[in-house]
Amino acid sequence: MQTPLTKIYLANGLLVLLKEIHTSPLISHWVWYRVGSRDEIPGKTGISHWVEHMQFKGTPQFPPSSLDKAISRDGGFWNAFTYLDWTTYFETMPADKIDLALRLEADRMVNSLFAPDEVASERTVIISERQGNENEPLFKLGEGIQAAAFRVHPYHHEVIGDLVDLQSIQRNDLYNHYRTFYVPSNAVLTVAGDFESEAMLERIRELFEHLPSGERSSKVIRPEPLQNGERRISVEGPGDTTYIQVTHHAPSASHPDFFPMTVLDSLLTGPSNLNMFGGGISNKTSRLYQALVDEELAVSVFGGIQATIDPFMHSITVIAHPERQNEEIISALERQIQDLQNSPPSIEELKRAVKQARALFAYGSESITNQAFWLGFAEMFATYDWFTSYLDNLAAVTPDDVQRVAQNYLRPNNRVLGIYVPTGNDQVPNAEG
Amino acid sequence: MTQTSVRSFPSSKDITRVTLSNGITVLARSNFNSPSVIFNGFLPAGGLFDPDKKLGLADFTASAMMRGTANYSFQQIYEAMESVGANLGISGGTHTTSFHGRSLVEDLDMLLHLIADILRTPSFPPEQVERLRAQLLTGLAIRSQDTNEMASMAFDQVVYAGHPYSRPEDGFIETVQAIEREDLIAFHARHFGPKGLVIAFAGAIEPAAAVDKVTEVLGDWQNPDQPEPPELPPVVALKHPVVKKVSIAGKSQADIIVGAAGPSRSNPDYLAASLGNNILGQFGMMGRIGDVVRERSGLAYYAESSLGGGIGPGPWYVSAGANPANVDRIVELIHQEITRFVSEPVSEEELADSQANYIGRLPLSLESNAGVTAALINLQRYERDLDYFLHFPDLVRAVTREEILETARRYLVPEGLGTAIAGP
Repeated sequence: MQTPLTKIYLANGLLVLLKEIHTSPLISHWVWYRVGSRDEIPGKTGISHWVEHMQFKGTPQFPPSSLDKAISRDGGFWNAFTYLDWTTYFETMPADKIDLALRLEADRMVNSLFAPDEVASERTVIISERQGNENEPLFKLGEGIQAAAFRVHPYHHEVIGDLVDLQSIQRNDLYNHYRTFYVPSNAVLTVAGDFESEAMLERIRELFEHLPSGERSSKVIRPEPLQNGERRISVEGPGDTTYIQVTHHAPSASHPDFFPMTVLDSLLTGPSNLNMFGGGISNKTSRLYQALVDEELAVSVFGGIQATIDPFMHSITVIAHPERQNEEIISALERQIQDLQNSPPSIEELKRAVKQARALFAYGSESITNQAFWLGFAEMFATYDWFTSYLDNLAAVTPDDVQRVAQNYLRPNNRVLGIYVPTGNDQVPNAEG
Repeated sequence: MTQTSVRSFPSSKDITRVTLSNGITVLARSNFNSPSVIFNGFLPAGGLFDPDKKLGLADFTASAMMRGTANYSFQQIYEAMESVGANLGISGGTHTTSFHGRSLVEDLDMLLHLIADILRTPSFPPEQVERLRAQLLTGLAIRSQDTNEMASMAFDQVVYAGHPYSRPEDGFIETVQAIEREDLIAFHARHFGPKGLVIAFAGAIEPAAAVDKVTEVLGDWQNPDQPEPPELPPVVALKHPVVKKVSIAGKSQADIIVGAAGPSRSNPDYLAASLGNNILGQFGMMGRIGDVVRERSGLAYYAESSLGGGIGPGPWYVSAGANPANVDRIVELIHQEITRFVSEPVSEEELADSQANYIGRLPLSLESNAGVTAALINLQRYERDLDYFLHFPDLVRAVTREEILETARRYLVPEGLGTAIAGP
């Protein structure tokens, strides 16, 4: 039981997408803002994520922590995410309780307090979040690779931000960031689930249409120049396990090459999965699993490509076998890339990738939260049509396309290769300690 | 909008439950809104049976079973599954070994055929066993660097000293090295069989068809040697607080766990403990603990409580991530909150909030096929009747503030709490 999509701009520029799904008595409501770490400058890195935290710290109508309680009381589930390109907030509620979610998002689009004592206490919470991330070898390695891959473009830094900026950002910086980007014309509101579109739209108009429009963010982002030559970095840290990441600059989500790259990724490391909810499948018949794990060069390999506004990275992550040398692992991996550059894959391999994607779509569609996620996520870098035509676009990819993108993107001079070098379990100097 | 009503929850009206002649129980509930099917199952072959010197045996056996059977190689198993976007997995736990599968409905027959073959005729190819061993050992090396996992292990060693729950299911480097291929073969031969095996389906399939399909692939399976599940010894409560620290050099943050053994799911205390735990460290932004440690003090990104009871008395604990400089302060705050929790009843408002939360979130937890199979499995695992979800709101509303206080006092005795800290 699904009705066609409703997609409409309110008078103040707020884009609204509604999708009725009457399989469960649930509604999932999301508000997306076109702001993320991509919109940050050195000195203010991590500010978008910090603003997201402050959005849970109260308005005059909903004092701090009253929101969490109100949602929980109604049996709802809510969260927020900050990413490279966007920040989003969602509530999934029993259908008859969704009005609370609509009211609170309309309220905190304009009325958040950013009280100085809350800013101070959230500073240490976010620093703690960053320190938790730093405990993970792959966070440290990923941060190093992004910094090496992007000299000019703001994808240079991690969403969480640099510690020095988390120590120095002030209340007014946060509040200005909020006022600049949290406006209807820079936002997308999506709802999926058990409702009548006409009534839902009317309620959304009542709550959101009177809010001042503001301006859609149109900041000029400095594009990353073409990389000329492989870059290699190493990050040292505790442990006995070596991690290798082989990354290449990749096309943006709206670029026609994104789909052949997605198929290429499926062949190399297993099916790409862009669902936020719904789960994935194993990758033990992928080319790199067979070449690295079956050959006992690695104990694990995985990879993926992200759907972003500007070109980001395709990444392959390898957890090294403890008895193998890094160079033999990297050589074996390069041979697999060269195979795809030298000869196109079979039609059967491509059909398989499409069937895998179809299954993952079916799994993701079981969750109303995931359906509402896609309504907005696709609008962040393209339009919802991007999602509805995704399987067709994958099916249209030819063996020659895959070979071509392997040649164009997986070139050594377009590569950033990072190695996490374990220094053992002995005491190591801790610079921040 | 559709009214949220208990009538839409799984119940005896729409759950099929059938026990086959060899002891296998099949549960199924249809959902034709999605073109996929999920099954989830378990059987009583867990790490409790592991000898100390070969700890990790049940876990190793479960993983190794996917590596080849009498009829299919590792490559063929994964080729069949992955080429259609299906998933299949098997993993060892403390009491049971679990398995799960998921596919588009058109591929279900293939998937059931595979899981039956994996359960019944694993061949443990020597080369695959050694490859898997290297992967498991690397997993243990990564575990030794994970502050959360190391705190959790240290906590179990403190709170469950002398009890089987003190042992990690994935073993230690030396015990995994000591496991031989013959041990895997013997463990499988003795412990895997139809007795106590439960499998639950949800998705685009008629329940009768699910029962027929299981009968077809597992109905003639027999294993007269399957032992009864071992009896768990009682947990001996700590008589004084015990603190265990694990030093992991070079880390930025420490993980803290404070708590004790809690009730099992079938214990009459469980629901009161669960609602109490929600108030203590889950409701809203991580309950009272989140309020004190994160919201008011800004000391940690996460600070919450958990209740882990299952077949046996899993732990009831508070955990937090902390800058090393703040560890003592956070431990003190946690102790203060636990002391308050066992000294005075929760407020009427707190109880009403958590009751509303438990009742209100039920539709969400039963939304997906995965949620429904998990619910069906729990009905069977904890011996509940099929109309449990219809009664659930009444059971929740019947819990009182006094019951929560009495229950908390039985488990979270401040002078008997175990504390584990892993970090730099």
